[in-house]
Amino acid sequence: MPVEVRIPTPLRKFTDGADTVPVEGSSIAELLDDLDKNHPGLKGRICEDDGSIRRFVNVYVNGDDIRFLDNLASPLKDGDEVSIVPAIAGGTRSLS
Amino acid sequence: MSSTPANVATHTAGTVCDLVGNTPLVEIQRLREGVADGVKIYAKLEGFNPGGSVKDRAAWNMLKHGLDEGSLAPGKTILDSTSGNTGIALAMVGAALGFPVTLVMPANVSIERKRVVTAYGATPVYSDPLEGSDGALLMCREMYEAEPDKWFKPDQYFNEANPEAHFLTTGPEIWEQTDGAITHFVASIGTGGTVMGTGRYLKSQNKAVQVIAIEPDDAFHGIEGLKHMESSIVPGIFKEQELDSKIGVATDDAYDMVYDVAASEGMLVGQSSGAALCGALEVARQLDEGLLVVIFPDFGDRYLSTNLWMGWKNRKQTRKQ
Repeated sequence: MPVEVRIPTPLRKFTDGADTVPVEGSSIAELLDDLDKNHPGLKGRICEDDGSIRRFVNVYVNGDDIRFLDNLASPLKDGDEVSIVPAIAGGTRSLS
Repeated sequence: MSSTPANVATHTAGTVCDLVGNTPLVEIQRLREGVADGVKIYAKLEGFNPGGSVKDRAAWNMLKHGLDEGSLAPGKTILDSTSGNTGIALAMVGAALGFPVTLVMPANVSIERKRVVTAYGATPVYSDPLEGSDGALLMCREMYEAEPDKWFKPDQYFNEANPEAHFLTTGPEIWEQTDGAITHFVASIGTGGTVMGTGRYLKSQNKAVQVIAIEPDDAFHGIEGLKHMESSIVPGIFKEQELDSKIGVATDDAYDMVYDVAASEGMLVGQSSGAALCGALEVARQLDEGLLVVIFPDFGDRYLSTNLWMGWKNRKQTRKQ
């Protein structure tokens, strides 16, 4: 079972309007690569050229900010839910 | 006769709402690289409002209208959607007037926001963070439609009392503070209330005043409080045809400007102020002479836990190299 990724409204043009997409990967870095393979251009909106997450983008695994996990190396397992959230409404350590 | 000294009333405010407005203008002294000597840039520091932002003006005027029309009356609860400053303003004014307040906001608003609105006694309701401020707007609409008699919904995006607040206060203040010498007015777009109402007043005094709106350069951005018009539910009060121009600013540039304004001008402001000054400088650099006024919507202390400041020192060093 793959990981489910929740896509914010402004990026759904890359996913044909889908608000969640299934992605394969055992870490956030792998997930971003797979996301970009299936939805070309998407990674470039989330990451800087050096691969780091852009500073106004928050990525959560099951509601926890990856900055407080292991950033791009944060491990993923089947059934995890990953959310990509722009910091428009501020940042928070967890989504819950 | 009261025992209160006779002149106390002239030196005090009836409620905190009476302190809304009359914010200072301060000149941008150092962040003016490439700007001609004949061009002056002044920032209007809306953080001096009692609730800490420009939104106090709209909130107070919208509630005043509600009271005058009778749509806001005892028994009603004030309800609106907001990702930030309007919520704080409504919570503050609601508390001062004795009305309960319920605010719909994306679940990932900063902890400072949640604490401030709840400190004022407001009840927060959280919407899906992935849907952003439009998601909060739609959820708020559903709540209102389910129980229309329960709520007073100021609806900042569609309420003409929002721009009117700026036509009646922000515009006249700037006109007076600049002795009518303003040539360009620059403000970022959240609802559009500030740029519309202030712009209308300034143009009513001098048609030649240029009114310039600032927005994020992309739908996917991190400039809290601002709307990218093309990809958003366009507020009913926003009339783009009244603007002289609109400038898109990148999130990274807005954030970097916030660091520069703090370190070079001694003003810790929010990201929407950073964006506005980026736009103002772009305009200023094209001029030989002029007097620009740019709105700084709030101060920066309410963003210290957000992405803007997370790891900023490392980023700043990288940027300067």
